[in-house]
Amino acid sequence: MVAIKVNGTTHQVDAAPDTPLLWVLRDNLGLTGTKYGCGIAQCGACTVHIDGNPTRACATPLSAVGTSAVLTIEGLSKDKSHAVQKAWIAEQVPQCGFCQSGQIMAAVSLLEKTPKPTDADIDAAMTNICRCGTYQRVRVAIHRAAGNKA
Amino acid sequence: MTELNTLSRRDFIAVSAAASGGMAIGFHLPGRAEASTAKGAELNAWVTIGSDDTVTIRVHRSEMGQGSSTAIPQLVAEELECDWSKVRMEFASVMRHIRENKVYVSFATGGSRAIRDSHTYLRKAGATGREMLKMAAAQSWGVPVGELKTEKGFVLHAASNRRASYGSLAEAAAKMTPPAEVKFKPDAEWTIAGKSPARFDVPEKVDGSAIYGMDVKVPGMVHAAIKQAPVFGAKLASVDEAKVKSMPGVLAVVKLPGDGAVAVVAERFWQAKTALDALPIAWNEGDNAKVQQATIVDRLKQGLVEPGAKVRHEGDFDGAFAKAAKKIEAEYFAPFLDHACMEPMNCTAHVKADGVEVWVPTQNIEGSLAAAAEAAGVTPDKVTANLTLLGGGFGRRGRQDYVTQAVHIAKAVGKPVKLIWSREEDIQHGTYRPISMGKLQAGLDEKNELTAYAHKVSGQSIFSHLLPHLVKDGWDASSMDGTYNQAYKMPNCKFDYVMRNSHVPVGFWRSVGSSQNAFITESFMDEVAHAAGKDPVEFRRNLIQHNKSWLNVLNMAAEKGDWGKPLPKGKGRGFAINACFGSITAHVVEVTVSQRGQVKVDRVVVVLDTGHAVHPDNIAAQNEGGVAYALSAMLYGEITIKDGRVEQSNFHDYESILIDQMPKVESYLSLTQGDWWGGVGEPSMAPLMAATCNAIFQVTGKRIRSLPLKHHDLKWA
Ligand code: FES
Ligand code: FES
Repeated sequence: MVAIKVNGTTHQVDAAPDTPLLWVLRDNLGLTGTKYGCGIAQCGACTVHIDGNPTRACATPLSAVGTSAVLTIEGLSKDKSHAVQKAWIAEQVPQCGFCQSGQIMAAVSLLEKTPKPTDADIDAAMTNICRCGTYQRVRVAIHRAAGNKA
Repeated sequence: MTELNTLSRRDFIAVSAAASGGMAIGFHLPGRAEASTAKGAELNAWVTIGSDDTVTIRVHRSEMGQGSSTAIPQLVAEELECDWSKVRMEFASVMRHIRENKVYVSFATGGSRAIRDSHTYLRKAGATGREMLKMAAAQSWGVPVGELKTEKGFVLHAASNRRASYGSLAEAAAKMTPPAEVKFKPDAEWTIAGKSPARFDVPEKVDGSAIYGMDVKVPGMVHAAIKQAPVFGAKLASVDEAKVKSMPGVLAVVKLPGDGAVAVVAERFWQAKTALDALPIAWNEGDNAKVQQATIVDRLKQGLVEPGAKVRHEGDFDGAFAKAAKKIEAEYFAPFLDHACMEPMNCTAHVKADGVEVWVPTQNIEGSLAAAAEAAGVTPDKVTANLTLLGGGFGRRGRQDYVTQAVHIAKAVGKPVKLIWSREEDIQHGTYRPISMGKLQAGLDEKNELTAYAHKVSGQSIFSHLLPHLVKDGWDASSMDGTYNQAYKMPNCKFDYVMRNSHVPVGFWRSVGSSQNAFITESFMDEVAHAAGKDPVEFRRNLIQHNKSWLNVLNMAAEKGDWGKPLPKGKGRGFAINACFGSITAHVVEVTVSQRGQVKVDRVVVVLDTGHAVHPDNIAAQNEGGVAYALSAMLYGEITIKDGRVEQSNFHDYESILIDQMPKVESYLSLTQGDWWGGVGEPSMAPLMAATCNAIFQVTGKRIRSLPLKHHDLKWA
């Protein structure tokens, strides 16, 4: 059993230490909001925060998490009330939505570090793939969440 | 809290019915697919109205982000004249559909067909429901139906100043006989359709609560990872099960019928995948292992000099071409492409003594049900098929290969099994956009008028594998769409097809035939215009004078896209137009090409004629997404074959654009209206590759005749 702190709660999980955090979240903890898209840190669908930093959970073994605090999409707010979630709804960002947990977690992290991001800041921080191509609305929604005029 | 490792303790995921205060998708509970969450009286298979005035509208198409789960209720609600704020949606039951003589017509969600094939019966469901509500009110008030009106969920009788809510009438209305004939409102009177209400599926997609196939949880469920023969058509030679049997969590190694794949089943997915990676597997690869990319391409090239099947021949091409003052000839190439849906293929299945149950992210749940019945060896009435949300489809999820596999694996282990393909399996076992070549010839007379035009396609046919009965006289529409059937006036023309199939499986890829043929046709049209010394838009305009819809789309695109306005050095503008899946689309693309040859697409103006527009903002979203999808394919997309297998394996070598490469997309509608309804998801992206390459030509003088662009040196001075 390994202790892991996710969304403010410490869980005991029965998983091999080299199990990627992604699969611990999904299969051991039932937190399926974090998605599997590639498994090789390419797409960002599995993006969570570890101690506030956006991290690709598919390439993060359980053993590397230690006592760090993991935040997943489920822990962002209880009622879709985070500014980024609200902006995402207002701009109707998601299409299939499968990449959107990762997009949102990346956007939240960007805004925590850079509250008023420029387009260039967005280009640099948002490296998540969206096969549906929602990028235009992702950009507008980030500006909206930041209170920027898009 | 301890982990949820006791599977029986895992909650069923009902999902989101209560997600955002009122309206949300009511998914069926796993294991209880029959249980509609609608409360109240059912007016017909599509509409149930509760005593609290809640209107449940059922949706028979899959939701993969294209927005049909909102647009379909809009059309029904429009004729029902209910209060949109009281509408909720639920997915229709395919089991009921089968029991009740195909009451939902078709669940197939492809071919940009969700609305264009269903608008009549959807509006009829709403309109007959409305009339039944009026009949119920007329009966209760003792007044003629003709004196009643409906408005926003109420039946009104002006003369007596009475009104009754739909909820109060629903029970009585459900007993009325629906009228045989109903009239539909013209678009100009629409108050719900034609607007852009918030999509039902969006809220649950911002907090991780949306349930895709991959997220299904079933009590007692175990997990499977699969390895399919890397060489298409190869067979399993041997598997050394003993090597992995004692690995953590491993429950079984399952060879799939037909020996084309092997799966490892374990308590958890990562255990299954780890054991699969460690499993020694040998394949009998057969002759297909000798096939190289060049083998396939050479056969296509040979096809270009063969006569082929006649698709459309008019006038005397050979004579006119021989007499032409100017002759333009070119060969084009378009590669295999993978769909690369964001959610890799997956399916959950449970084979029980009395039947089989599946949970599937599919573009055709009716097809899934049939596939599950066949794999389990039961009749269709013994199958419960649950549709989940889809993490992308693009044509790939119309196929049921993963359903068949999941059912076989579940049958072998006797437990519910969730099968998830790795991204590598997903990329290497696609149903690819066919590889294709085109040979084009055009003749111009002394006045630079087009007098002769020929287009021969040599490529793989989707229908010859999937729907052979649709191959007539040696050709099929899936291969030729976007060539012979465009609006251009061509006095002496010929269109021919040479079928060149390979061992690589092919399938419908967003915009299908036009995905390659619009690139080829519209790039060549640009070549001909330049040879004629004419402006490319003006040149096209002259050829489509007779077609008002095309002309309107072309003119609006030219205007909105600032056609003809000067651009600084290093920037160029390109145009392309195409009709497919019932709609007409034009793109004006602006690019910047650095002198070192780096391309940035800056702006795309999309003008679409879909006939009618049910949810304009969603059409805009599809335009934006289609541009991104086509742009990724144009810049990077190719599936190539080495030793009979796919060379690419994941997003590092099958690349997508990221946000920094996303152009600004502007969407406009030019609606013909009338009695035709066109699609959205596919037509909206078809012109992008040609328009972009035409813009690149403006800057560099280099004509792009093969894709992807990454293989071209676009340096200019
Ligand atoms: S699944 Fe982790 S980056 Fe793609
Ligand atoms: S919304 Fe479908 S992949 Fe991003």
